[in-house]
Amino acid sequence: MSGEMAAAADGQPKETVAESRRKLAGDGMAIAAYAFPVGLVFGLAALQAHFSLLDVVANSVVVFAGGSQFAAVGMVKDGASWLAIAGVTVLVNARHLLYSAATGPYMAGRSRRERVLMAHFLTDETFALSLAHFRRIRAFDARGYWIAAMAIFIPWTTGSALGYVAGGAVDVNRLGLDIAFPAAMAGLSLGMVSGRRDVAAALGAVAVAVPLGLAAGASVGLVAGAVVGPLVGLAMPEAGGGGTVDAAGGTGSGDGAGPAHERASEAGLP
Amino acid sequence: MNLSLGLVPLAFLMWLATYPSRALPMLAPGIERLPPRAVAYLRLSGPSALAALAAVNCLLTSDKPPRLLLGIEPIAVAVCVVVVWRTRRLLPGVVAAVAVVAVARALGIG
Repeated sequence: MSGEMAAAADGQPKETVAESRRKLAGDGMAIAAYAFPVGLVFGLAALQAHFSLLDVVANSVVVFAGGSQFAAVGMVKDGASWLAIAGVTVLVNARHLLYSAATGPYMAGRSRRERVLMAHFLTDETFALSLAHFRRIRAFDARGYWIAAMAIFIPWTTGSALGYVAGGAVDVNRLGLDIAFPAAMAGLSLGMVSGRRDVAAALGAVAVAVPLGLAAGASVGLVAGAVVGPLVGLAMPEAGGGGTVDAAGGTGSGDGAGPAHERASEAGLP
Repeated sequence: MNLSLGLVPLAFLMWLATYPSRALPMLAPGIERLPPRAVAYLRLSGPSALAALAAVNCLLTSDKPPRLLLGIEPIAVAVCVVVVWRTRRLLPGVVAAVAVVAVARALGIG
């Protein structure tokens, strides 16, 4: 057993740390394989919204949250205020609260400084990969966490920069690349859907955003849809009489890697 | 190449809007014990915000005031949704949407 592991769980490990890290690295490569091209799409979308190369790199490194980064690009393009962009960022990334809550107990023995740094890299993918690793070895493993984090951070940031640089050489509209942004948003939204409440929330958001966007402007419609959509979802009874909402927003009594999250992670953004 | 830093402060503002949700439960145990309705609202906010964003960007023009856009774009986004639903992967869906728009525009119908 590695000295990096902090006792955080009971029972016998399912795999040794080395075995689990090998699996983690393989899964991480699969994530990198799709994160890179989606990063290219982000870089291209940012180019269309008149970001600079430094803006794109700063956004990917500092924010490191793909859904909200795509959202910000669209809102900058629509002329939204930075306050509105920050509000939507809070909403889009609110799910990280749940990931952090599920991961936190494993990190209880780590220094505060280390946790402060690790928190920055807690994306959908980092959460999915690292929690699965911790569950296999029934403990925390710092090296495993960083393998998971870098599996998404490196391809995402390099893909973003290369997408921006390469995008200047192509006719975006003629090639249909301008549709990549809304298509990516719709696909990512679908990736987060795990039940009829999610469907109701998404459809409710669209039903509010489009007419209000026509009446009061795109950014107003967007924010209103994002705020009202979850209320529509909450008004919908849960299928099968419910179950408890766990720390990762799934249902049941697991430790957080619920199906909603897994699908969100599979869809391809940090 | 554009090398301005005009949107770098926005990146830090977005970080400020993101980091607390990533860090607070790790650094302040117990904060995650939100009321179940609040947890459910947070969980639903992701798909809502992204769906609203997709709809606004494919159904409204960028004019001021915006107009309803009824062209190949909403169809392409619908194709993306179907492909993502079938494959559980974002990239093939985006590629399919781009292909639909590119072919339609090449044929003069987009």
